[in-house]
Order: sequence, then structure tokens, then C-alpha cells
Amino acid sequence: MYPRSFEYVAPSSLDEALAALNDHPGAKVMTGGMSLIPLMKLRLFSPPLVVDIGRVPGLDSIADGNGHIAIGALVRHAATASSDAVASGAAALAQAARLTGDVQVRNRGTTCGALAHADVAADQPAAALALGATMVARSAGGEREIAADDFFVDALTSALEPNEILVEVRVPKAGAGTGSAYDKLGRRGGRSDYAVAGAAAMVTMDGGSVSAARVALTGVGTKPTLATATADALVGTDGSADAIKAAAQHAAEGVTVLEDLYGSVEYKTHLAQVYAARALEAAIAAAG
Amino acid sequence: MTTTSTSAMGGIVRRKEDPALIAGKGRYVDDIKLNGEAAAVFVRSPFAHAKINSIDTSAATAMDGVLAVYTAEDTRHLGDLLAQVAVGSLRPLLADGAVHHAGEAVAMVVAENAYIAKDAADAVMVDYDPLPAVVDMKDAVKDEIKAHEDAESNVLLTWYSHDWWPGVFELEDHRPAIAAAKERDDVVVVSQEMTNQRLIPVAIEPRAVLADYNSGYGRVNVWSSSQIPHALAGAIAKTFGMTSHDVHVVAPEVGGGFGAKLNVYPDEMLVVFASKELSRPVRWTETRREAAYSTIQGRGWVGTATITGTKDGEILGYELDAIADMGAYSQNFTVAIPVLGLYVAQGQYNVPLAWQITCVHTNTQTTDAYRGAGRPEAIYYVERIIDMYAAAIGMDPADVRKKNFFKKDEFPATTAIGLTMDSGNYEYNLDTLLEDVDYDGLRKMQKDARDEGRYIGIGLSTYVEVCGFAPSVLAEFGFGWDAYGLPTSFSGSGLVRVNPDGSATVIIGTGPSGQGHQTTWAQVVSERLGIPVDAIRVTHGDTFESPTGVGTFGSRSAAVDGAATYEAAEKVRMKAAELVAHMLEASAEDIQFADGGAHVAGSPGHTVTWAEIAEVAYKPHKGPEGLEAGLEAHAVFSPGNATWPFGSHLAVVEVDPGTGDVKILRYVAVDDCGNRINPMIVDGQIHGGIAQGVGQALFEEAIYDENGNLLTGSLVDYPLPTAGDLPAFELGWTNTPTDVNPMGVKGIGEAGTIGSAQTIVNAVVDAVRPLGVTHIDMPLRPRKVWDAIQKARG
Repeated sequence: MYPRSFEYVAPSSLDEALAALNDHPGAKVMTGGMSLIPLMKLRLFSPPLVVDIGRVPGLDSIADGNGHIAIGALVRHAATASSDAVASGAAALAQAARLTGDVQVRNRGTTCGALAHADVAADQPAAALALGATMVARSAGGEREIAADDFFVDALTSALEPNEILVEVRVPKAGAGTGSAYDKLGRRGGRSDYAVAGAAAMVTMDGGSVSAARVALTGVGTKPTLATATADALVGTDGSADAIKAAAQHAAEGVTVLEDLYGSVEYKTHLAQVYAARALEAAIAAAG
Repeated sequence: MTTTSTSAMGGIVRRKEDPALIAGKGRYVDDIKLNGEAAAVFVRSPFAHAKINSIDTSAATAMDGVLAVYTAEDTRHLGDLLAQVAVGSLRPLLADGAVHHAGEAVAMVVAENAYIAKDAADAVMVDYDPLPAVVDMKDAVKDEIKAHEDAESNVLLTWYSHDWWPGVFELEDHRPAIAAAKERDDVVVVSQEMTNQRLIPVAIEPRAVLADYNSGYGRVNVWSSSQIPHALAGAIAKTFGMTSHDVHVVAPEVGGGFGAKLNVYPDEMLVVFASKELSRPVRWTETRREAAYSTIQGRGWVGTATITGTKDGEILGYELDAIADMGAYSQNFTVAIPVLGLYVAQGQYNVPLAWQITCVHTNTQTTDAYRGAGRPEAIYYVERIIDMYAAAIGMDPADVRKKNFFKKDEFPATTAIGLTMDSGNYEYNLDTLLEDVDYDGLRKMQKDARDEGRYIGIGLSTYVEVCGFAPSVLAEFGFGWDAYGLPTSFSGSGLVRVNPDGSATVIIGTGPSGQGHQTTWAQVVSERLGIPVDAIRVTHGDTFESPTGVGTFGSRSAAVDGAATYEAAEKVRMKAAELVAHMLEASAEDIQFADGGAHVAGSPGHTVTWAEIAEVAYKPHKGPEGLEAGLEAHAVFSPGNATWPFGSHLAVVEVDPGTGDVKILRYVAVDDCGNRINPMIVDGQIHGGIAQGVGQALFEEAIYDENGNLLTGSLVDYPLPTAGDLPAFELGWTNTPTDVNPMGVKGIGEAGTIGSAQTIVNAVVDAVRPLGVTHIDMPLRPRKVWDAIQKARG
């Protein structure tokens, strides 16, 4: 597969990278290249300039900060998956990273890259939504924060401006009584491959009842989506299996479910309910 | 004269080829670079069926770095692509006036590099008039839309089991007897329409070809990722009016073939053409995406299988009425693939047979041999319907199978279509499997699990395969390689040379793509001569090295070329014995070969090494008077029959009824391929074969929309099995050697695939049968299993 001709720069600082993006309309940021390179090779996407930020220092760490975990733009799926901080503070994101691609993809692709790519069947967006993450976007003009709820606009479309780099994703750390989880049905069955349907959930238990819940879906519609009806139905219940089942029935409400090679609308709607329930069950178990 | 060796046949020897392959040092076509290379890229049709009004190549031709743009105008004189069984529409090298499947090559751009060539290909303007496409093979039979606008019919022919080779076999037509049996009161008739879906072969190395036509030498050198280098050389010679000995084809390392590289392709002819026109080496490397359009596909049958049998398990008739999708063009074997299915139509069962299969053209990519080639399809139908029959009469599926087997004392056995199966011991093989897995215990486990609400299924399949094709009666059936100017037909070739330093060189006529021939053939020769495996170098896939050969496919290499090598080594041994007899002043009959040398029986202390033997061989004055100098022999081997391996497979699966997700808990196979040369390599062949069968059962499907667009042309939408999707396979063996070759080997390359797809489907259906499901068409993706459960529940 032969991409169209393009320019390539590998800046050694973030400012240089931001300047390159600013100065070249249509330029595209690359970290792992796991999605960008195939699109270019298929000539489905032909940016005139690729800005490889792989050599920019300071973007490859996971910071266990006060109240949140910050994952830099160059943190690979494998690092997110094996981080103790992510596992304990934002379990759904660690699980999503573990279930992404294969070993090579996890060693090369990045958590922020997967979020910015906003694939409808990717794992990270559902986890980021359920966890109420914040995207930190930087441009030559400065920095802004975008709530996960506002970040996923459409298929392969995020709220990032063309001259912005997603430099970090900040995930609130789970406090006592809060647990999160991610699960999916993969295209080859089990948890393999892209999600036919998947769900992430975060639940806070307080005195034997659900005081807060967020549920997000992937794979079923035009974009990663919050399942607010399910979350609302669960809050105030005891979080029992029956309560979960009842709440999960609302999973696809307000979601535009689309058929693809892996599922009919009916099946995907059903799976949204099944995986919302499975994610909730695991999140509640983790909430202790 | 006897030989003993620690690395003899039957031993586990680590593969000699692996250090290079594992370390990334293997040399594939794309690793071979020539000075002055140009690159070819093809312009491909976006339509499945369209008239070509005009092709404007001017913009492309004007681009910097573009050397030439060729269309059918330039290549028409070369004729259509050669096909062994030239029934139906043959493929022009470049589409000529019309396209008949999406992705068909319309023009070829040659440029300084592939990037420029691709840019130029995008600039070639083709004016099409789209025509209606016929995509579904059931529609094709109706002939309302013609895949080829000028053809009389989409239907090429129908193969009938009782009349498949008129004039050679006088066969009984079993249809009247089966029809009569259906009227009996004590009989049940079980019938099911089933699809054996079309698959896309995915070798890890896509196809690639590099051609260097040199007018100074009057020769063309071609490197191609091919399973059949000799046939390719013949086809090039025939197409370009050359002789085969002026065409040097090398298949270097080949990264997987699976039958998809058992074809001569238009691109192989076209790069030779371009090299000749431009006086430069020209390379084409298939892209992964392109492979779904430029390489053949496999399977693609739909048919209704019927068993008529008594309520106590005696089968009175097995029928299949099927359609096979040939795609748009007939290539190498295309319309003969269903015949390979017919060879094993009745599986292991001695039952009346009535098969008919209709071959049709559609506006899709051509189908041809894909691992198993007709045999997986055939075994799928008989093994699925026998399971349904067992369920219908409430009999254990193992017992029904045993009741209808060909019995051990019936071998050599004649099938319903008149072929003779060399050897078999089916009941012993199945019993071995059932004992290995504790079948009764498994059934009890299944029952206990069901009581707990878990849906565990146990699936069983037996199979018989036919392989080791050779110039027996089978090979004369329309595909003797005459079309490619290969007069040797299917004969195997082996040349064994003891070098002056006492090492050995073996040159064989095969074209392996990962089967380990460098190791296996070294073992065969080592076993005969006692030369260590490490001192034996094996060369294959080179038409100037090996005088004859036909390549590697159809599980044939060991049984045919292996046997030739065995016989060549035997000739060398006879001559070496004379040399040693002279050196040790003994009689040739008393010479024994062992441990890297030879000695006189009874005097193992006095040994001559192979280097010493070779010195005498290459210095005739030191040898016996009148004996020709040198120490090498060539043998051509032509067995009298194919070989007929067989086996029994079993899978245990669990189905999640909430999602339709299938998990394979166990996979157990007991195969019988006669003697095994290297059991580790044989295990590896079974492993890969099972993985491919599981891929068909659970994941893979080439899906075209109603306009003939391939929706699954990338690996994102064509899921392949990975190691992570599969359990650790449990393998067992029985050994029923054949007498059609001196080694008693049968062939194992396709057995795993032939035995496995229906094993998985039988297991999944067994798991959800309590929910009312009786059949699900492959691939059993979760959505289909879930849909079937919903449907059964109403």
C-alpha cells in the first residue's frame, strides 16, 4: 500500500510541534501511527504533513497526582495497561488498554492517540467517558480542557481543533467506595479485536446504595456515548443484580444504534444492555 | 547393506530453515533487489460488471518517472491467462472491453518506483458503463443476469457422482434406490440446506513477482512467491513463445500459500511483458488490500444435504445437491475443485451416494484451490448432515458414524464414484480418539453442565482426504498440467548428490511455503545414507536446479517428491556400496552405512567416512575399474494411486446464550497419515490446518454486497484466527501406512482444515440444541448464534 507523497517532521519540542501544526493547514499529529498510517496507505486520508511527536520530551509519563491520574500523549497502551496507578485509580481505563489490539499494537499505540482518533468501536473512549476524564488540548495559542462528555463529536471526529495536540488525559482517581470496569464482546468473540459492543462503568457506593454512576458504550452507534438513562436508573438503588438488570434495559435509550457486519440493530441494542450490566456488576464489585 | 542413523525418518529434528525465518533473515521476493528495477501498479475496476468505453492514459503517461502504461490493447496478443481446465470464461491478462469483477486489473502502470506508479494509476481515467451484476450463486443459476454479458448462461456444467467421468468409470446411479428407500416406513429423511461460505486466503506474505528479461542471454529470470515454479516457467514460455529452458523461475522463501499461490496469475505474465518491452527488471508486489481482489478466493458452495436412513442408524443414501461459485473467470483448477470434493463425497461411510454440483460464474473474484480445495466443503456437508441424522434418530453421533464406516477388511476399498482408497482403519482411529478423551465422561460432564445452566457442546467429525496426486488415473482427469506445457504432469522429482567433501545436496521439484522441506528431505536422505542431517543441503523452488517438478500443493510433496528423493538416495547408496566395497576389499552386499560413514558388516571398527568415499567417487583412478565417476542420482517418481489419509476430530465448546459468544474449551484430533517423517512438522501442519478450519467455522467470510463490492477486503473486516482464539490442541495418532510409495507416507498438509470446520459447528449446534437450534451457517459469529437462538425460541 503506497500513500500519497507527504512531508514529515519530528520536532524535538512541543512548541516546535505546535508551530508546525499551526503553520501547515491539514497537518496531522502522529504518535504510534497505528490508525493514521493504515489510513494513509489506503489513501483514505492524505495529510500534506505528518508531525511525529514521538521525540518530544515530557509526554511519556503517567503522573499519579492529587486527585487525578494524568496520562501523557506518548504513553503506550502497554504502559497504561500495566500501571498500578491506573489499575487502582482508573481501573476501566487499564482494562480497556489491556483489551486493545494485540501485543504489537499495545506496544506502539498510545492511549491519547486512541482517544483523539475517536473510533466508534475503540476501547478507550468508553472508559474515558465513564470515568469522567478531562482532555488537555494544547495549541500554539495556549491550553484548554475538554470534558470527555464533550470530546467525542462523531465517528472519527473529536472536539480537537486541527492545530491542537491532546497532550494529556486526566482521569479522576477513584476514591473509597468507587469502582470502575470495562468489558466488551470482540469481533472474533470473547474480548478480542474491536468491540462489537462494549461498556465501561463507574459506580460509587455509599452506605449500601448507589450514590453515583456513569456508564458509557462503544461499538454500537455513531460515536462513543454515555448511557445516561441506565446510570440515572441505577442511582439510589442497592446495586443488586436485579437493580443492575433493570437499569441496563435502558442502555441504548437515546443512542443511535447502527448495524454493521458484526451485528444487527436488535443484536447491538441487546449487547449494549448485556455489557452495561456486566460493566456495572464489575464496577460495583470493585467499589467494595 | 543396511543403514542406521540417529536422524532417521520418524525422528523429531528441528527445522533447518527456522533460524533464518525466525530472525528475519529469510529471503523473499521483496528482499531480492536488481539494478535498474522498475515497479508496476495496477489500475483496478471499481465495478463488478461494466463495459469499458475508453481508457485515457495520457495524464498518467505524462507524469515524471512513469515509464509506460499498458492496457489490453498492448497485451491482447498474448492471449488469455492459461487455465488447466479451460471450461467457462478465461481471464484476459488485462480487462478487454469489459470488467467482470470488482478489482479486476484494467491497466498496468510501470514507473521508477511503486509510489510514482500508484500516483499515475490514480490518474488513469477509465470510462465505464456499469452493467447489472450477478453476485449470489443462486441468482446465477436463474440466468436472469449474465456475469459475462455475451455468454449464453452462467452455468458451466454440473458434476454428477454417477457420471463424472464417462467412458472411464461405469458407475451405478444410486438415485432410484435412494428414492425407493425414502418410501419405507422404517426410514427417516434428514435434509438441510447449508452454505460453505467463500473465504479469502491470507498468506502472511502477499504475492510478489520480479521479472528480468535479458535479450543478451535470451532468457528471462523470474522470482515469484509461487507454489508452482515449474508450471509458471511453462506458462511464461508458452505465453511468450519461448522454451522452458530459457525461463528461469525461482520461488525463494514463500510466506504461506494455502493454494492461493497454486495458480499462474496475469500479473506474473505482465511483469515479464513489461520487462521485455522496457528492457528493465520489473517488480510487482501485491498490497494486502489488493490481495483480496488479485488473488483467488476459496470455497463458496451452497447446497442441500440429505441422509435417508433407518431409525437404527443404517444410512441408505446420502445426497448433495449443490451450487459452487466459480467467480468471474476459470483459472488453474477452478471448475475442477468440486471434483476434488466428489473424490471424498461420502466421507468414511460405505453408503449409496448421489451428488450433483453445478458450477456457475458470478461477478466476483475467481475461486480456486484453498487449503483442502473441495474436500473441506465435501466433508463439511456429510459430517454436518450425519450429525443431524444422529440427532433425529436419537443415536449417539459416534455410534452412527461407526455403523456406516468402511470396515478395515474392506481396504483397498472402492468408493461410490469408482476410486480405490489405499488403506484405512476408521473404527480404530475413532475409538482411539474416544478413549483418549474419555468420551462417556465428556458426555456426563456436558449433562452436569446443562443442569447448571451452562451450554457445553461436544462436536465430532471424521474425515477422509485424498492427496499425493500423481499421474495416476486421477491426474489424467483434465488437469495433467498440459495447458502449461509441463509434460511431466504430476511426477515427483528428487536429485541426490554426494559432494566431494562428503556432504550432500538434494534438489527437489517442490515449491514449499513453510512446510519444512529442507529438514524433511534431509531426514529422508540421512535415513538412506547415514549422512547427518546438518550435512545435507536441500534446494527447492528453482526450475534451473530441478529438472522437473510441479510444486507443493494438495498434501503431495512427501508422498510424491519425497518418494522420488528416497529412490534417488537409494540409487546413490547402491553406487556408494560398490565404492566402499572396493575401498575395503569386501563385497557390496556386506557394506553397512551408519554414523556418517560405512563399514563392512561385522567390522564396525574399520569405517570409511563419506568424505573418503566421495574422494574415490570423484577420482575415478582410485575407484573400481569401469565405474562411472561422480556420486549422484536423479529419480522421478510416479505413484499408481493417490493416498487417502483420514482422522477423527472432537471439539468441546461453550456457548454464552446471552451473547452468542462461542468459546472453544478443548480441541482433540487423532489423525492418520501413515508413517510420519518428522512428527513435529506433522503436528505443525495439523495445528495450522485446524486454525484455518476454526477460522472458517467462527470468523471468516468474504462478503459481497448486491452490486458485487467486496465488503471484507481488509483485515479489519476479515477477522483471522489468532493463537489467542484457540486452545492448546491435543493431538493423537494412528498409523495405517500406504503401499503406493516406498515410505508409506500419505500427506498431512490439508488434513487439519478438512477435519475441523464442521467439528466446531457440530459442537456449537450440540451446545444449543436444547434451545431448539438444529443448524447455523458458518461463520458462527456471535450475532448468528444469538440470532439462531432467538429464532428457535420464537
